[in-house]
Amino acid sequence: MTEENLSTLATQTLEVSLGPQHPSTHGVFRMNATLDGETIVKLKPVMGYLHRNHEKLAEDMTYLGSMPYTDRLDYICSMTNNFAYALAVEKLAGLEVPERAEYIRIIMAELTRLVNHTLLIGFLLNDLGAFFTPVLYAFREREKILDLFESVSGSRMMCNYFRFGGVKIDFSPGFLEGVKSIIQNYPKFLDEFEKLLSENEILMARCQNVGVLSKELAISAGISGPMLRASGVPYDIRKVDGYSIYNRFNFRVPIGEVGDVYDRYYVRILEMRESIKILAQAVKEIPEGPFISPKGAAGAKAPRTFKPPKGQVYGRIEAPKGELGFYLVSDGSPKPYRYHVRPPSFINLTILEDMCIGNKIADAIVTLGSVDIVLGEVDR
Amino acid sequence: MKSLEELKQNLESKMPGVTSVLEEGCLVISKNDWLEVAKFLKSSPLYSFDYLSSVTGVDYPDRLEAVYHLYSIEKKIGPLTVKVRTDRQKGEIPSVTPVWRSAEFQEREAFDLLGIHFTGHPDLRRILMWEGFAFHPLRKDYVAEND
Repeated sequence: MTEENLSTLATQTLEVSLGPQHPSTHGVFRMNATLDGETIVKLKPVMGYLHRNHEKLAEDMTYLGSMPYTDRLDYICSMTNNFAYALAVEKLAGLEVPERAEYIRIIMAELTRLVNHTLLIGFLLNDLGAFFTPVLYAFREREKILDLFESVSGSRMMCNYFRFGGVKIDFSPGFLEGVKSIIQNYPKFLDEFEKLLSENEILMARCQNVGVLSKELAISAGISGPMLRASGVPYDIRKVDGYSIYNRFNFRVPIGEVGDVYDRYYVRILEMRESIKILAQAVKEIPEGPFISPKGAAGAKAPRTFKPPKGQVYGRIEAPKGELGFYLVSDGSPKPYRYHVRPPSFINLTILEDMCIGNKIADAIVTLGSVDIVLGEVDR
Repeated sequence: MKSLEELKQNLESKMPGVTSVLEEGCLVISKNDWLEVAKFLKSSPLYSFDYLSSVTGVDYPDRLEAVYHLYSIEKKIGPLTVKVRTDRQKGEIPSVTPVWRSAEFQEREAFDLLGIHFTGHPDLRRILMWEGFAFHPLRKDYVAEND
């Protein structure tokens, strides 16, 4: 067929529904894509398959009763979910947290960040077609941290470890030795991972200049976490708010230049190295003392007597996926009048279409992988 | 951040006709002024609230309330809590999606779960519940099917 004939051919766009049951969507999530050839011209995310009205459930039980439910939001990072919720309630009720508990919390949060970023990179490689080999190495490392979580909380993933005014229980014997061994060995694993990936030609070809997100759009769309920083915005809530005791630690905030998938990958690698730095400082400085305040312990024993004063509060933390916030309204009763979660991965999906338009369909899958979503949190 | 009092005075002097009320550390704006005030808060060089972190709603017996938490990445200030009130029947509030893109999905969620109609939203559909679902489950008078 000649050039001339080709240009007169009638073509039409094709609609493809990716998901909800599709290995690349990281859960029950759907993308309705409209394709022109292989190029995406429109892409609408469809969610809610895992919706269980988490907020309504929480409004019908005591404050502490929701703590195990927060584990199930972002089920990879239950510790940081607990952290954000505990922080918001403590702000509302004006509870103090003992020094040792603050350190315990920071150690747990940074270990969680290692778990999340390691796993995300493993799954991103899955999306790139390196099916399940890299992710198993990620799982191997993650398992070492989950063993530690299990030793203190009794559960690998659904930790339910934080309490208002402290944590549930002190470290088990040998826990700190376990953290020290992670601090020592994790950089070696990261070096190995990086040697295989960071300058890998295929990874670079598939990730560089794909799914680019501009600085302006990232800010306007409320993007948070590593994704915002990969677009070149040095905004880390651990630095800006300095919540808990983060302002005592020495760490840097890595940022990207282009805002593409590769930057999002690399920012996470660098963030893990910073997390290890924080862990090393925390393990060195952690004092002896109580792990929960007396007021907090009383509240944990009898949750129905725990009644924060009338008022409202917005508490947020830098969770591994971005800004995790809790908005609570109290009417002085043992149950929250309003309980709202600001989920980072839900809001980070707002600009999925913008990042995908003009790219090939295969790139959409990598772009989604780099956003880092967990459907338990998106759908709530 | 400069005090809330100051922000209120500044707002009222720059935008005559706009009245705001301070309540429990929140700025309460009338729904008719909200879109203009939102544009001002974002563009004003003094505050430049460029980051709309969270949008949600609360159902009270006599009113619906949309709650916004604003931060400024440039000035590293915040949060500024803005509340906009409306009635429970029609429940209309102007959408701020044209000002901050982050409102797009969050307003859809508040519409879905609380029944606040954000006028001017480019694509106001249910997002978590399914199309055709008749209720707004986060309303206090919602009764679940098996209750």
